Amino acid sequence: MTVHQNGKDNQPILRVHDLTVHFPVTSGIVFQRQVGSVKAVDGISFDIQPGETLGLVGESGCGKSTAGRAILQLQRATSGQVYFGETDLTRLRGGALRAMRRQVQIVFQDPYASLNPRMTVGSIIGEPISVHNLRQGKVAIRHRIEELLELVGLNPYFINRYPHEFSGGQRQRIGIARALAVEPQFVVCDEPVSALDVSIQAQVLNLLQELQKKLGLTYLFIAHGLAVVKHISDRVAVMYLGKIVELAPSRQLYKRPLHPYTKALLSAAPLPNPRVEKKRQRILLEGDVPSPLHPPSGCRFHTRCPIATTRCTEEEPPMVDYGDRHQAACWRIDEAIELHPITKATAPFSP
Amino acid sequence: MATSAQPIQSSSSTTFSRKPRSLWGDAWRRLISNRASVVGMFIVGTLIFTAIFAPLLAPHNPVIQESGNSLRQPFWVTDTTSATEPVPGHPLGTDGLGRDQLSRLIYATRVSIIVGLIPTIIVLCIGVPIGLIAGYAGGRVDNLLMRVTDIVYAFPDLLFIISISVAFRETWFGQAFNGLLLIFVALAIVGWTGLARLVRGQVLSLKEKEFIEAARALGIPTGQIIRNHILPNTLAPVIVAISFAIPGFIIAEATLTFLGAGMRPSVDQANPFPTSWGVMLQEGISRLSSGPWILLFPASCIAIVMLAFTFIGDGLRDALDPRDQ
Repeated sequence: MTVHQNGKDNQPILRVHDLTVHFPVTSGIVFQRQVGSVKAVDGISFDIQPGETLGLVGESGCGKSTAGRAILQLQRATSGQVYFGETDLTRLRGGALRAMRRQVQIVFQDPYASLNPRMTVGSIIGEPISVHNLRQGKVAIRHRIEELLELVGLNPYFINRYPHEFSGGQRQRIGIARALAVEPQFVVCDEPVSALDVSIQAQVLNLLQELQKKLGLTYLFIAHGLAVVKHISDRVAVMYLGKIVELAPSRQLYKRPLHPYTKALLSAAPLPNPRVEKKRQRILLEGDVPSPLHPPSGCRFHTRCPIATTRCTEEEPPMVDYGDRHQAACWRIDEAIELHPITKATAPFSP
Repeated sequence: MATSAQPIQSSSSTTFSRKPRSLWGDAWRRLISNRASVVGMFIVGTLIFTAIFAPLLAPHNPVIQESGNSLRQPFWVTDTTSATEPVPGHPLGTDGLGRDQLSRLIYATRVSIIVGLIPTIIVLCIGVPIGLIAGYAGGRVDNLLMRVTDIVYAFPDLLFIISISVAFRETWFGQAFNGLLLIFVALAIVGWTGLARLVRGQVLSLKEKEFIEAARALGIPTGQIIRNHILPNTLAPVIVAISFAIPGFIIAEATLTFLGAGMRPSVDQANPFPTSWGVMLQEGISRLSSGPWILLFPASCIAIVMLAFTFIGDGLRDALDPRDQ
């Protein structure tokens, strides 16, 4: 794993400040009026250092993918800023934004929907190269495409094939090659392995890590499973209903989670050792995730939190640093620390 | 999770010798393995061939009247009076004015082809861009374009065509090409709405696909996204719709002409489009009791061509069905 030891001195490559994405809910056929908004992402902030991988985890519908898309300006943010280096991406329009797209790329979740079925692999990967004028001439572009295919572990002979002739894992490699075609510095990986077979997942994860080492990439790695994120991330942010509730270096988060929601997430993963698994205590969360149309007041987690008090229902907890860059947003952090579910990290025979 | 990212390289070189298969290639293979659509394509091919080489194939000029040979029966009829007895040289008989039926049928294929082709091209040029723009732009533009489409769609087709053909009957526009130009324009004006809606629906579902999002993320200009990513993926249903629209236009021309609101027969011997099956139907119906065969031939031709296009359309729909992919 690429870790930046002197990260604190470095300028972050990406800085997200108070990013908010609200989707308006309208009613009426001809004269539409807004009747509410879905608060998919509601004020999240984080930095990513060059060469780092930040994991972003949370349940389905917590806004993690929307956050990724808002960073790339595929979804315009309602408010907040996304600084890439010195530039605020949310202010860019038209040609300037298109030029910035070279620097930030995305790998999608579904390898079956993310490749144009009517284009050959060569034209899928070659199109961005010629649009950004990165290579001149047909021969040079073809060479570059072959180079990229080899880089992601595909045979360059496949250049004239169509996406439907490939397996899921191979398609995901094509998607990665397409993202790398513009030589980006920062890549959002939007659940890049969740649609793949477990046996293929590891291959693609390892490929992403190798590419990071080789090309010095920075990742925002979005996933819903903590296991996948642990494998690849330097730091992990846990999201719940549009907010980040805990942000910590990977090892810390798994060893010593602070927020009750993180603990519940970790305790929900089954343990590989059956003897420990039998004794596994889970923090069972009651009810469903509340609707982001009307998120709960105060701490958003209070409706399902086992240790919530009246204060939690009224005031929103701020992100507080508890040392070693371990941040969490909880009013009852002392009580939360006392919660002791057996998890993978704490199980005595954990592999 | 111990597998490392080894390049996927097959050891056998035979894997690579296979030719790449595009979705269009696959669809074509499925189409030609469908017997009914091959028959349909053969019939349409014959029709096109006949239309192009009509002067070489027709035994007589289709507008020259032989005064002594009117109402001659087809060659296979034997029990008849001497006045209507079949004569050599007119295998399918003659009409009430003594014109050769076979030659008229052959020349009429030209009108069928052109009336199937030109309105279709106009409809494509109107419907596809409107559907693309409405679907991709969304919002107010979409709303406006679709309301216009609804209005045109809601207007009764036949009433519209008959009223404009009556209105322009005596102008140069109504007279041009024996009234064919008027038919082209009228059919195109009422015909594009279905295609616009079809394309818009396709674009709406495609727009949410991740490969379009990927193209946007890569900074590909909007025009190029529409041209390279959206348009090719809407083509399959458009092709199917066209294969059903062409026979629709052919029969619409026949219907309008039969009702007297369409093409007018020509007496000019040099006219490349002297008659149509609709014109022949109209002439045949007035002679139904004395010469029923005059009606029989154009009606059968229309039926066969309709059937052929339906076979092709069904074959195309099966071949291009996205559920097979």
